[in-house]
Order: sequence, then structure tokens, then C-alpha cells
Amino acid sequence: MNPSNCLDFEKPIAELEAMLEELRHLRDDQALNIGDEIVRLEAKSKALTDAIFASLTPWQISQIARHPLRPYALDYIERLFADFQELHGDRAFADDRAIIGGPARLDGRPVMVIGHQKGRDTKEKIYRNFGMPRPEGYRKALRLMKLAERFRLPVFTFIDTPGAYPGIGAEERGQSEAIARNLFEMSRLRTPVICTVIGEGGSGGALAIGVGDRVLMLQYSTYSVISPEGCAAILWKNADQAPAAAEAMGLTADRLLKLHLIDGVVPEPPGGAHRDRDQMADTLRALLLEQLRQLDNLGTEDLLEQRYRRLMAHGVFKEATPAPPAQSSWQSSVVALLGKETLLGKDKDKDKDS
Amino acid sequence: MSWYEKLVPARIRTDGRNKHQMPEGLWSKCEECGAVLYGAELERNLRVCPKCGHHMPLGARQRLQGFLDEADRVEIGDDIEPTDFLKFKDGKKYKDRLLQAQKASNEKDALIAMRGLLKGMPVVAVAFEFQFMAGSMGSVVGERFVRAAQVALHEHIPFICFSASGGARMQEALVSLMQMAKTSAALARLAEHGVPYLSVLTHPTTGGVSASLAMLGDINIAEPRALIGFAGPRVIEQTVREKLPEGFQRSEFLLEHGAIDLIVDRRELRDRLAVLLAMLTGRAARVDPAPAD
Repeated sequence: MNPSNCLDFEKPIAELEAMLEELRHLRDDQALNIGDEIVRLEAKSKALTDAIFASLTPWQISQIARHPLRPYALDYIERLFADFQELHGDRAFADDRAIIGGPARLDGRPVMVIGHQKGRDTKEKIYRNFGMPRPEGYRKALRLMKLAERFRLPVFTFIDTPGAYPGIGAEERGQSEAIARNLFEMSRLRTPVICTVIGEGGSGGALAIGVGDRVLMLQYSTYSVISPEGCAAILWKNADQAPAAAEAMGLTADRLLKLHLIDGVVPEPPGGAHRDRDQMADTLRALLLEQLRQLDNLGTEDLLEQRYRRLMAHGVFKEATPAPPAQSSWQSSVVALLGKETLLGKDKDKDKDS
Repeated sequence: MSWYEKLVPARIRTDGRNKHQMPEGLWSKCEECGAVLYGAELERNLRVCPKCGHHMPLGARQRLQGFLDEADRVEIGDDIEPTDFLKFKDGKKYKDRLLQAQKASNEKDALIAMRGLLKGMPVVAVAFEFQFMAGSMGSVVGERFVRAAQVALHEHIPFICFSASGGARMQEALVSLMQMAKTSAALARLAEHGVPYLSVLTHPTTGGVSASLAMLGDINIAEPRALIGFAGPRVIEQTVREKLPEGFQRSEFLLEHGAIDLIVDRRELRDRLAVLLAMLTGRAARVDPAPAD
């Protein structure tokens, strides 16, 4: 870990690691017996990492989610999939490089992969527009999803964006409509959709490729309606209150899992995904395959019905006079019409504030 | 004191300071053209300035009452109430913000839903109450919207939404974002079953509401000069660091760029929507009797 590329709270670990690196170098050079010292320091570094990462604040997790060394979509695609063929363009206006996608093989099986892509250095960041898509990016994503639907390829999306790009051209070309259309179409796409938040899940720009049968989050990724800075600027009238906003919004994987907004948390290696990309990719691959196997067991109609009910279950409210279905004719009619428990059924109850 | 004022007996003289005080609500001033308007007349005109046509904010309940026939209006989902499930607190508790908004608007949350008749045609209509926390979409808005859509689906009658919203409700954090997916999925069901959905975008419709239910109409209609967009103008200005073009993100701008189908004056909405829906549903709309005044 290069100390110039690390976060404040990672510094003690980075310093230890730098020392270790020097010692290892020394051992190669000379016949000194410093093996014991290395082992001792390695244990210390691990203990320190565990201690720091055991009690991260939501704000610290937000920083890891945007860590300069955090693996991006292409880093995972390279490790998880074979034969990735990147396809370009929305067929109408342009190719948006903030979203990448194309068919690939997962464990030999053809699938469709779509993800936000950020850049590593300044030049690449600009090339990728900091991972902030314009309407053509979302429309490309939708085009690829429709392609996947037609050829029965399961869709895997990887979410990592500060948000949809707030620019003049983006508005002129219908940023709102592009996002809305994706939500609409993804809710009824006739193929399994598995979404994973790998870094920053920034608001509507993230959700626009985030509606699916399963939504997973990496342990130190975030997913929120607005960035902590944005929330602080509006509600606290002060962007410096971002740590407080991060705390209040509960944008971390464990809190969102408790709210039933996501289906699973993918554990990261000690110190975060950037400390061991290969191990991270292995864990993720195993979980994605497991989720896909579960969805494979469902017929398309059941898949869609489950997805619909999953979406309808989002929301926490109280009902002043909870009416049993018999008292409300349209409620029971809806149940009869759809043949199953719908939004009014059991799924709802568990989220209800009593 | 002028010669005229000296002539006027003291008891009918008014103090200069109080000269402009008028009973609340009797008169109001158009913020666009400055015309002084008689309150009752303005209300009759659906809060559109009769002088310049400026569309002033219209409350959700008033909007639905003006839009639907007087007979057979039934509210949907009015028993659903918001709750501060995250114990969200910024400068103020969300719980207190809710209470304050409820008191100020006399509504439980920012969306009102009704089943009723539009010139005799059964429809379901929902409207955002901008006075309630800037019409922001949280769990209750999402749930009421979906329940209203379900009624339209079950009865196979048109669904109409009047949006006016700043977007997702931050105090409900990610749950509010998910309302975008929830409402859009409900609309996808309507589309699959051939139930028409008309979206009327009013001033202002931005953020998560614009990027979900508001832009998904089979027909998207906007009131004149409404601000409609994904990102707010200030955010865009700060990001791109250039001055925004004249009329940027206004209805007319959206029409020019192909994002909406029509711009319709509020006073004509009832007629125009009835004509459109009659064609989409194959039902006949009743002809309204001429206004009594």
C-alpha cells in the first residue's frame, strides 16, 4: 500500500506495511536472521487492520467505497468472467464510457455484464467522466439488457457511481427519462438480473442499473439516495457535516440489509477489497454463482412475480386503520386478479412499523 | 398632510403604514406580472393569473377536486401514514418535520390519491402536495401511488398523475430511492395490461420523481413554464461552471427537446385529458355544461 494513496485511518497500517516491505527486502539482501521480526510485524499489521476495520464509521466506509485503489468494474470483469466482449453505443447518440457492458462467460456460461466504470488517473477519470453516466449510457445499458433478454442471458450489473451526470447536455437528452425507463424495463426483464454494488451506489444514477432479482453489496460499499456531502449541504446547510449525514442515512451494507433493501453482503478481505483483489473476486464469484443457481430454479413467471413483490415490499409506514382484505373490495380483487399475495400480502408485514 | 387629507374627517383617515394591509387571502398579487387579483376569482381560475396566464402553485386536494367530477370521489390510501423509522435527525428530527408539514398542509403526506370520474369516465388520479416537504417521495407517497395504480389496474381504468416534487425524501434515505423502482414497476404492470397512464408534470418536478413515475407517461403533459429536470439548475451550474441557457429545463425547453408530448394550460387540462383518454379507452366523455357564471 502506497502511503500517498491511502486514507487517514489507513496510515498506521500503511506505515507498518512499508516497514515490513523494507525488512523483506533486507532479508533477501543479507544473511541476517530477521524472519522472526517479520512474522511479528505481520501479525501486528493484521491485528491493527482488524482493529481499525472492526469499528469503521459510516463516513470511513464511504471513503473506502471511493478509495483511489478500490477495484472498479473492469477489475472484476477481468477476474470473474472470460471472453468479455465490450459492446458500445446506444444506437442513437453516442457511446458513454462511464458505463461498460457486453456478453461474457461466467463459469463457462454466457451472461451479460454491465457496470459503471471509473478511471484511475486524471486522464482516465475524465475519459470515464468520473463514472457519472449520461442518458446514452443508461440507454446503452438498456439495449444490452434487452439483448440479454432476447438470448436468455442472465444479467449481472456492477454499481459504482457518484450519480448520474448533472450536465446541460444530459438534461437536454432526457436524463430523467433514461433513468426512469430503465427502472420500468428492468422490473419486467424476462431474464435473471443480479446487481452488485462494488463501490459507490450514488442515487438514481446507481438505481438505473440496480433493479433486479438480487441486490448484493460489498462489505465496504455504500448505497444512498444522495451523497453524504450533498445531504449535509442541503439538510445541515454545511457540506462539512458529511460524516453526520453518512451516519444518519445509514448507507452501509449491514444497515441496508437490516432494512431488507439488499439481499446480501459480500465479505471483503481484511483491510478492504483493494488489499487483495483476487481474493475479493473469488468471494464474489462464488456468491454470484450461488445466487444465479437459486434463480435458475425459477420459471420466468415466478421470477418476475418475485421481483415485483420484492419491489412492492420497499417502504416503511403505518396504517391508521389496517383493513382486513375482506373489508376492502379492491384489495381482495387485486389479490384474486394476480392470483397471489401482492403488495398487500405477507411480504409487507415484516417491514411495517408497528 | 395634503389638502385632501385635511378635508377627510379624522375617524375615516387611515394610517399610512396600514394602507396596504388587506384581509389575508382576499387579494393576491401575481408574482409574474404584478397584477392584483381577487382571491375568489383566482381560485375559480385554478390559480392561473387571468392577466398573464402565470400558473401559481395549486394544492393537491384542490387540484384533484377541480379535475375530477364532483360526484363519486373516493380517496385511496388515506389511512397510510409516515413514520420516522430511521430516527433521522439533521438540524431537526424527521418526526418533527413530519408533524410540522402535516400541520401546515393539513395532509398526512405528500401524495393524495382518488378514484373518481372525469366527465363521467371512471379514472384514478393522484397529485403531489408540494407544500408537504417539497412534495418529496417517501414510503407513503410510493405506497399510495402503487395502491392507486392497483385500483386502476384492477378496474382497468385510466391512471393520471399530477407531479410536483423536489425528488426523493432524504430523511427516508435509501428507502425513498427504492420508491422510484417501486412506482416504476407498478407502472410497468399497467402498461402490460393496457391501462393508460397520463403523467402531468407541474412546477416543479425534479430529481427522483422526474426520473421515475413522472417521465413514464404513455403521454407526458406539462403545464406551461414548469421547471422539469433530473438535476436542479444550481447543481448543474456548479458542476459545469457555465451559465445555463435561457428557459433551460422549462416545459417549453422539454417540448423542444422531445421529452414531453404536450404543454397544456391548467384551465384546459380537464377537457384535453378527457379527449385523449376517450380515444385511448374507446369510451365517450360527457360534455361539460357551460360554467354557471
